[in-house]
Amino acid sequence: MTDPTPNIPLNALQEPTITRPARSQWRDVWDQFKHHKGALLGGGFLIFITFAVIFGDLIWQLDPKKLDIRNKDVRPIYTVIWDSDAEVGWANPLGTDNLGRDQLAQVIAGGRASMAVGWAAMLLTMLIGTTIGVLSGFFKRLDGPLMRFTDLVLSLPILPLLLVAVTLFRQPLRSNFGPEMGMFILIVGVISVTSWMQAARIVRGDILALKEREFILAARAAGTTSRGIIFRHLLPNVLSPLMVSATLGLATAIITESALSFLGVGFPSDFPTWGKMLADAVPRMQEYPERVLLPGMMISLTVLSVNYLGDGLRDALDPRIRGR
Amino acid sequence: MLTFTIRRLVLSVPTLLFIALVIFLLLQLAPGDPMAEVPLTVPPEVKQKMREALGLGQPIHVQFWKWMVQIFWVEPQVLIDYLTNRSALFGWLPDTNFYVPCGSDPQGACDLRVISWQTRSPVMDIVIQRLPQTLWVVGMAYVVGILIAIPIGIYSAYRQYSVFDQAGTFITMIGFSIPPFFTGPLLIVIFSVQLGWLPFIYDTSHRVEDWDSFVFQLRQMLMPVMVLALQTTAQISRFMRAAMLDNLNQDYVRTARAKGLSEAIVVMIHVLRNSMIPVVTVIALGLPAIFGGAIITEVVFSVNGIGQLLITALFANDLPMVQTLTFMFAVLIVLFNLIADILYGLLDPRIRYD
Repeated sequence: MTDPTPNIPLNALQEPTITRPARSQWRDVWDQFKHHKGALLGGGFLIFITFAVIFGDLIWQLDPKKLDIRNKDVRPIYTVIWDSDAEVGWANPLGTDNLGRDQLAQVIAGGRASMAVGWAAMLLTMLIGTTIGVLSGFFKRLDGPLMRFTDLVLSLPILPLLLVAVTLFRQPLRSNFGPEMGMFILIVGVISVTSWMQAARIVRGDILALKEREFILAARAAGTTSRGIIFRHLLPNVLSPLMVSATLGLATAIITESALSFLGVGFPSDFPTWGKMLADAVPRMQEYPERVLLPGMMISLTVLSVNYLGDGLRDALDPRIRGR
Repeated sequence: MLTFTIRRLVLSVPTLLFIALVIFLLLQLAPGDPMAEVPLTVPPEVKQKMREALGLGQPIHVQFWKWMVQIFWVEPQVLIDYLTNRSALFGWLPDTNFYVPCGSDPQGACDLRVISWQTRSPVMDIVIQRLPQTLWVVGMAYVVGILIAIPIGIYSAYRQYSVFDQAGTFITMIGFSIPPFFTGPLLIVIFSVQLGWLPFIYDTSHRVEDWDSFVFQLRQMLMPVMVLALQTTAQISRFMRAAMLDNLNQDYVRTARAKGLSEAIVVMIHVLRNSMIPVVTVIALGLPAIFGGAIITEVVFSVNGIGQLLITALFANDLPMVQTLTFMFAVLIVLFNLIADILYGLLDPRIRYD
């Protein structure tokens, strides 16, 4: 506030922020983001769960697929609190299932599969959506056909087609890439092919508005090619809405993968995922409710944290809300 | 408005044809064999004859054309006959007999209705059998969800950032995040296993005759309806809140307050009526999902509705059934998209399509 040149009249009218050092956009975003408690918690939990499923098996080294029929149906260790006769043991702190597979190791391995599918499907969805959105927003000739195509895909019944596609292409992909890798490619592909439309619409709308701005005109006058304009000027500017859409995509992909596993059309039966653990536990949930709760809580908490992260990002990335 | 409606109706024909083609081609690629369940002792030439009897030997374009005729010509005739002869809604209309089955056997070789490979009976008859269960459970859930969501949306917008609003946001987040295949078993564990209050298998053969059977019907519907209503509530209340927030800061609200209208009239009449415009279209867009059934919820609670029909048909390689059901969903989606657009234009005089 201390102005070095007092001879300027009305210095109170000057913007006080001018003397502050320049701040980067991402610094502002972070400042706004950290006021959103839910988003901070969600982001923290997402990072924690990602590291836990990646590095968890270094700490907890039991093989999730190892059958140990002598130790089947062990209850989680906390069951002792209300039922002192329960069969528990520190060897399996979260218990074992009806084939004696360790639940903790299964949660780690299952989480790795679910998170891998979620991230891969989200990235592929964003790639397809951005490509189609940029093409139809930037090139006028492609706009009509591509948007009609998007509308057509939007009016397809998604879940039935997803189920149909997974049951149809399971066999050929499994024989080509092995049962697990084939299924991974199939599920990621099918989820992305059926969920890119929102991202494409958002990107197209933003590109249409940005294209008319002066800085694009300046770039074009300076002789920048279309390719240069798209990659250097347009894409960085659509990054923020894309990130919000990406968090939604991650949440949807995790839920869709679990739903497919739950309906029995997902990964092979000996390959644990959260959805499959849940589906396997449902027939015996009267005796062992914790086996339903554990994977269900993992799916729900992960998706909840991703949704809160997206909520916080939306607030932080929107310059109209930021700074309020 | 009329020109817009007609143009959209005409445009929806190629859309539907494209969707039909996509569904048909996708299913033609199916490696699953409907003869897989037939015992191995049946000689291969007999199996070949059985395949031809199912209409599998013909070239693809002939099969597609046949399916198109069945879907767009034969089945609508049957539907109109059904509506005018037997249904309660249109029974007062004069009886029509557009569809004449050829031969004495209603499922004879020259019969052109879409026949399920599982049951050898027309697909549409099974759909009409299954539809009431789905409409009761899923439709009721939609209504309940909307009835809960709208007051929540109004109040959390009116008291933005209040405790109620924060709690509402949290519940909405939960509704978005917890998938039905977890809420379903969770409710079953709590209310059926631990407390023993509610049955967890939906008894479809149950008929409502007196008060006790009505109470039983309510109890068995409660859990699936709640699971589905949580998701509807989450979506609709978000929309309602956003629409109310958009309107509450408008100039006309200040004018209404300035001329001395009571707060209740300002919010519940002026603001609410304007905020309902986008919400009504969102509700219309969600309606096809009711007819499609909720596949996962129906599987969890053993409701034998449309969703469950689709998934059993899929696992049994019953292609005509899967094709017809998927196409039916697509028709409903296109139809309700159109209805939502028209409603939007009718309700909001600022929107002009022409």
